[in-house]
Amino acid sequence: MFATILPAALLAQLPVLQVAIPLLAAPVCVLLGRGRWVHDFSLLVTAVVAITSLALLQLVLGGGDASYALGGFAPPWGIEYRIDPANAVILLLVSVSGFLVLLQSRTSIEAEIPKQKHPLFYTAFLLCLTGLLGVAATGDAFNAFVFLEISSLATYALVATGKSPRALTAAFRYLILGTIGASTFVIGIGLLYMATGTLNMSDLATRIPASPHHAVIQAAFALIIVGLGLKAAIFPLHFWLPNVYTFAPMVVTIFLAATATKVALYLLARFVFVIFEDASFAGMLLMPLALLAMFLASLAALQQGNVKRILAYSSIAQIGYMFFALALASTQAVAAAWLLMLTHALAKGGLFMAVAGIALQTGSSNLDDWKGIAKQMPWSAAVMVVCLLSLVGVPLTAGFVAKWSLLVAIFSTSGSIILVAVVAAASLLTLLYAGKILETIYLGTPDEQRATANLREAPLAMLVTAMLVAAMNIYFGLNGTVLSDLSNRAALALLSGF
Amino acid sequence: MNDTTALYLAILLPLLGAVFIAALRNHPNLREAATLVTSVVLFANVCWLVASVANGATPRAANILPMPVSGLFLSLELEPLGAMFAAIASGLWIINSLYSIGYMRANKEKHQTRFYICFAIAIAAAMGIALSGDLITLFVFYEVLTLATYPLVAHKQTEEAKAGARTYLLILLSTSVFLLLFAIAWTYDVAGTVAFAQGGILDGRIENWLAPVLLACFAFGIGKAALLPVHLWLPAAMVAPTPVSALLHAVAVVKAGVFTMLKVGIYIFGIDFLEQTGASQWLAWLAGASILYASVRALAKDNLKARLAYSTVSQLSYVTLAMALATPLGALAGALQIAMHAFGKITLFMCAGAIYVASHRTQVSDLNGLARAMPITFAAFTVGALSIIGAPLLGGFWVKWEIIFAANTPEQLIFIIVMIASSMLSLAYFAPIIGRGFFLPPAQASGDATANAPKEAPLLCVLPPGISAIICIILFFQIDVLWRFLKPIFEAIP
Repeated sequence: MFATILPAALLAQLPVLQVAIPLLAAPVCVLLGRGRWVHDFSLLVTAVVAITSLALLQLVLGGGDASYALGGFAPPWGIEYRIDPANAVILLLVSVSGFLVLLQSRTSIEAEIPKQKHPLFYTAFLLCLTGLLGVAATGDAFNAFVFLEISSLATYALVATGKSPRALTAAFRYLILGTIGASTFVIGIGLLYMATGTLNMSDLATRIPASPHHAVIQAAFALIIVGLGLKAAIFPLHFWLPNVYTFAPMVVTIFLAATATKVALYLLARFVFVIFEDASFAGMLLMPLALLAMFLASLAALQQGNVKRILAYSSIAQIGYMFFALALASTQAVAAAWLLMLTHALAKGGLFMAVAGIALQTGSSNLDDWKGIAKQMPWSAAVMVVCLLSLVGVPLTAGFVAKWSLLVAIFSTSGSIILVAVVAAASLLTLLYAGKILETIYLGTPDEQRATANLREAPLAMLVTAMLVAAMNIYFGLNGTVLSDLSNRAALALLSGF
Repeated sequence: MNDTTALYLAILLPLLGAVFIAALRNHPNLREAATLVTSVVLFANVCWLVASVANGATPRAANILPMPVSGLFLSLELEPLGAMFAAIASGLWIINSLYSIGYMRANKEKHQTRFYICFAIAIAAAMGIALSGDLITLFVFYEVLTLATYPLVAHKQTEEAKAGARTYLLILLSTSVFLLLFAIAWTYDVAGTVAFAQGGILDGRIENWLAPVLLACFAFGIGKAALLPVHLWLPAAMVAPTPVSALLHAVAVVKAGVFTMLKVGIYIFGIDFLEQTGASQWLAWLAGASILYASVRALAKDNLKARLAYSTVSQLSYVTLAMALATPLGALAGALQIAMHAFGKITLFMCAGAIYVASHRTQVSDLNGLARAMPITFAAFTVGALSIIGAPLLGGFWVKWEIIFAANTPEQLIFIIVMIASSMLSLAYFAPIIGRGFFLPPAQASGDATANAPKEAPLLCVLPPGISAIICIILFFQIDVLWRFLKPIFEAIP
């Protein structure tokens, strides 16, 4: 569609436009000041970025990988942006999430963030978006580090704008840990550069097998996995995440939950499958960690009384599923991992959107304060039902598509019935905490003060966006082939050289 | 109208009905009319399908919705077993709707619109299960049925109702999400398909020693079949209003469970394959144990609905046992049991509800002499109970007869003893109810006896059990019609 509308010259620029637009727009937010325009402007920017990434995805699906040499310096010497189906899907996920989150969040931003900080907030948001998109788009290992840091620094600032004083400690802790992660990552890249003399990812892939410095490369591999694992919140490097999700402003939580960890996960997959082409080591390391994440994080989720915390621990558990799929290292399994990322973004994004609405109206995100809230906020509650069912993986929701793919992939890849049984057992825990939330909001009896309080449904924009996401959960559950085709293409692209 | 359209309509009609019920929420009479009209139209539609199946056709609708991963689709396909289940569920929905109206109004229950909407959705899901052409489709509707009935179980919203509903949801969802889905994925992995096929799809595709393991995943994954030890959800679900217990937890939900069990036995494993490998031998023993255990538990229950619930657990395992005997005759006996138990047990539940409406009594020990005040209710109850016991002149008799025939081999003689013992036990737990009602003097009321003297419940609470009791009798005499209808499932049956 876009290929026919857009001129060829513009099409060739798409890979860089994707990143350049939000980067250039970010400082404009500061200039726009405190007026209402800054929100509309940011929304417009994210919309343009989302359309760009859609065009890019179509381009890549139709006509092979897109490559862009930054500054006209040809790769492998210059920085290359290289888009294949694997990262095109991630780009779409990030940019569409960015758009929907801003579309949803005007009211909650006004409620949670002081007026004078608004321009800076939107600047940081767009920078965060830039960073995440850059990490996904770039074909250069060092450039990936740069963008990872851009997104991280912006995220620290975003988290710190949270109302509660604990947002500051959460942001600080994340800053320390994130910096450690980034350092190990960049040391790993330094070692790779030392051993091979290149930073271009596809060039690295061809040079690594020929390199005599085997031990150096092994060390680099380990450092990179740890660094990215921290960013992706793989158990046991996850402990920055619950506080960040709980104390950041809602808009930040929604955006991070839908995107941030997935981008790190993507980059990790790229390193494992394309650059090092050695999944056995990663599999051995990641599989047990993933299993631990599934069980322990779900159990932790059961213990929490704050809805945001429940969902944060749930994210850690779900990330475990994604790592588990990656560790299996077959085309089917990686496709399942991509499906898990997409459907988890849909489910968790929708959930946090509904939570934002309810928390805004009730002024609390404690589950105890939400008893019987479904009566006063029926639509927000309905969104929660749909998204929780999707999270559990009930048929006719997007989550089921991913779950079925994962089960079949485990069967065909490992052939181990026990492994499938363990994963299926882990998913029971999801059911438990989802059930706990649903029962409280539907069947709980509100205390008197709440019952008589004049609680209204969430503001229209919040509600409509959340319902749109819920509808997507159902649509992609009914029409599962859309997402699974995309994921298969992504997996094929990643594993083509494998 | 062609068969495929009728298949779609069978699922869409109740959903459409639910929309109408929601739209008419402020007009209770019109709302109930919507339920009744929908149920009648649905039954007519299902009858059309049944006639078509009786003529040897196989209504089909393949590739409705694409499912993920390598060309799986939702598909519908109707064979005699499913046609029978659909006919029973939709036919009894009419009778039960009449009863619901009488019961819910007489008890002044709240949230009636929600009740009727969820009921209609549950029926749509039951139709989907009956019509599904493969395991995935069946699984989808199976889950919808669980979710749609959860609000019905929690209907009263008391702490007790919530706790019961929690147990209900937890056991049914966890067994299905954990074991059933796992078993389906496993089947798909070894057989490359999950479509139901004559003679099964697993023969030669799974190692013989793994077949019992897969069967166990199915047997415990199908929580709705209430096999020991996953039966606990069924007594927990009895907190629901009685119409729900009557249609859903005696017919639609539990029968969906054993129906799935039969479908898996006949069309996934294949009876021949089960017989050759002996994969279901252990299941027959477990089902036998379930039958006896639940019967003994029923004996000890004083609450009428709880006693009926344990009786249901026991009776459901008849179907599982019949399938696990791994003979075509046994599997057909299982199919008969689906029909016979449905009519018998719905009669009993509706009578229990009528007693509650008229006298607010729930315990067996309080029923003394009540039959004098409620003769029709107790007569219907007696007929239903006798059918469950398996007395001649009532439909339930044929089930025992056929199972005993099917088990008539040296290795399986034990199951004949189980059958007879179970009949004795069911006689033992029903006889006190009937005996107290008819023969014991009424308890001396402490207050003004004449003012609160119980009398027969409203017509809409009494007529429906009367009708279903009469059907129990008709089924005894018309058994060959049903038998001829079901026979095409197996080519080998004479």
